[in-house]
Amino acid sequence: MAPSRKKATKERAARQIKHEAPVDDEVDMYQEPIKRVVRPENQLELTDAELKEEKTRVLTADDPNIPKNISKYNFKDRCYKRDPPGQSEHMAIQFTMEGCSLHHESDEFKAQDAYRQKKAEEEAEARKAMEQEAQQEGETFGGEPDTEESGKNQFNYSDRAAQTFNNPLRERGVSTEPPPVVDFGATLTQWEIYDFYMGDYAAQIMKAKLHEDADKKKSSGGYGSYEEPTPAAAATGKEEDTVHSAKMENALKILERLVNQNAEDEIFNDFKYWEDASDQFREGEGSLLPLWRFSTDRTKRKQVTALCWNPHYPDLFAVGYGSYDFMRQGSGMICCFSLKNTSFPEYIFSTESGVMCLDFHPQHPSLLAVGCYDGTVMVYDVRNKGMRPIYSSSIKTGKHTDPVWQVFWQAEDLAKELNFFSISSDGRVANWIMSKNELKMEPVMHLKLVNTVKDDPEETSLSGLAGGCCFDFNKTQEHLFVVGTEEGNIHKCSKAYSGQYLETYEGHHMAVYSIKWNPFHERVFITCSADWTVKIWDHNLNYPIMSFDLGNAVGDVCWSPYSSTIFAAVTSDGKVHVFDLAENKHEPLCEQKVVKRAKLTHVCFNERDFMVIVGDDRGGVNSLKLSPNLRKLHLPVNEEGVVEAGVDTFAIQKAKMDKLLQASDAKPSSS
Amino acid sequence: MSSITDVESTLSRISSHKGVKGVLICNHSGSAIRSSLPSDITEQYSALISQLAAKASSVTRTLDAEDDLTFLRIRSKKHEIMVAPDKEFLLIVVQDPEMGGE
Repeated sequence: MAPSRKKATKERAARQIKHEAPVDDEVDMYQEPIKRVVRPENQLELTDAELKEEKTRVLTADDPNIPKNISKYNFKDRCYKRDPPGQSEHMAIQFTMEGCSLHHESDEFKAQDAYRQKKAEEEAEARKAMEQEAQQEGETFGGEPDTEESGKNQFNYSDRAAQTFNNPLRERGVSTEPPPVVDFGATLTQWEIYDFYMGDYAAQIMKAKLHEDADKKKSSGGYGSYEEPTPAAAATGKEEDTVHSAKMENALKILERLVNQNAEDEIFNDFKYWEDASDQFREGEGSLLPLWRFSTDRTKRKQVTALCWNPHYPDLFAVGYGSYDFMRQGSGMICCFSLKNTSFPEYIFSTESGVMCLDFHPQHPSLLAVGCYDGTVMVYDVRNKGMRPIYSSSIKTGKHTDPVWQVFWQAEDLAKELNFFSISSDGRVANWIMSKNELKMEPVMHLKLVNTVKDDPEETSLSGLAGGCCFDFNKTQEHLFVVGTEEGNIHKCSKAYSGQYLETYEGHHMAVYSIKWNPFHERVFITCSADWTVKIWDHNLNYPIMSFDLGNAVGDVCWSPYSSTIFAAVTSDGKVHVFDLAENKHEPLCEQKVVKRAKLTHVCFNERDFMVIVGDDRGGVNSLKLSPNLRKLHLPVNEEGVVEAGVDTFAIQKAKMDKLLQASDAKPSSS
Repeated sequence: MSSITDVESTLSRISSHKGVKGVLICNHSGSAIRSSLPSDITEQYSALISQLAAKASSVTRTLDAEDDLTFLRIRSKKHEIMVAPDKEFLLIVVQDPEMGGE
């Protein structure tokens, strides 16, 4: 079957030998594949003779492809020239081989042969020498001489070698987490360095001190125990402490002032810079410019009973609150206002009884003497915020039995103890001495009633005491003081003679509310009274040298601190009257209503600025700026209109008042 | 303590003052402790003003190492921002100065 198949496929063109897998089942599967030769169809059939025919081919060195007639342009001769036929460029090397055999007759071989022989001889010699040496050694040890391959059994010896695996090299690494890195950057300034050094310096000093203390304690026997403040205690409520710290309080105080200043910018500008331009055109007339009104909710229902500027801080003043109404007495209050904070008092003190009078100590500006309606006198240190008074009179130490109408600080006595005078409607003038732990009362004077009917001495002795209302001490004669009484009489007294009056001035018919010595002229004082009048007196004359009817009860009168002839008075119809006697001896320069439906009770000039504060019976204090006409100093001016330097203003002011006195002396009965 | 009531009453007085927009207290790190302003504005003010105050203080200290900033007022068209800087705190008051005048 296979041959028939072979025949059938023979015709097909197949140029390769095919491996044919036997198809029949009988055929062994593992039979070798049968090789068959497949001839291409167009294969040339040659006869044996043809196949045996020899054909010769000759190889020549000539390359038939090389052109032999190349002509090139010769630039030198400017013509085409034929290249000479040559093979150099076209030689093709078919086969080369370098050999390593030498011809045995050549010189090179001879040289090499000689070298080889020489080397062999040397080796043989060296071996011989070694053998000899070994023999010698063998003889000396008595052993048999070892042959070249000694010890080893030449027949029963097999040399084995094994190659072990070379373990491949491995690299092994572990990557760990990188250590944390923090970037830190800061700019350093000079002052930070400075701060650090200063802090370090302070710490060093502290440390040195601590050491010193510890050493001292050690040397004295005991061990110094330095207790550091526990940080836990310091940390608790630290946040709250920040809010309520003293620093915060201070910052808040400043901020409140700022806020006020911003809000009342116009008023502050008026206070500082505004001048009433119309004053230039009206001679003998002036005006008051209302500035701030100081009041608090707590004082609305109280009356202003006292006003006092601080002698040291010209922007600070104290206001006393109480009541003049006998039927409506209540607690009192003292508020210290500053112009820097117009909306709220700097200090507030409340008292059990209504405050009637106040006085700041001229040398110790924080000391404030207070007189109350119930007769007590107290001394406050205004720096102790909201605290009790540092001194207070009691029944034990002595006390006025009626309202204290005025207190007045005195110069320090011989024992350097601070003391002040007080006057009360119980008819006594007392001196209060601030000793170490108590306020000592020293009665100075009993204000005896003076009987107008002089011819009955017995009645005088029986009569009671006059209620003192006000007093003032002479600026030059320290012992001299004048007292105004409820009856209207004015008494000149001396600290030296407590038994009697030096002089009694009659003129007022009702209670004298205020009495003030002129700050420039030592003889002149002014009084105001409920009988609607203000009177000016010379203490050497027992009649008033001037009198002004203001048409209403005059609550207070006050000399200006800058001119001897200017004073201001306030009346119960809410008017402020400002007089300048040098300008007008009969009429006020200014009469201005400053409060509606309220009585004015007190007035006080500022020492530095041209302003007055007036208190009313509704718990408010108004500040008023004086227009230029109300503050003429009448200083001599040179031809340029500038006040000459170095003039004695005090003497000028005194002379001004002297002139007035001379005029009134000429007509004593004018009042 | 009188100082606590004093501080509280002063704070309430300032914040109720006419024209005052807000009072702000920051601690030393610049975060607000107290504020009368809405929280977003508070945050803005405290963050910005504390930076400005620190810079201003740095300027004064650089000019003179013994000198220090005590107060900072910023007057703008609308407001006046008043800053009282301290080591521990920063007190900021924002006021409309025009409003209080009337």
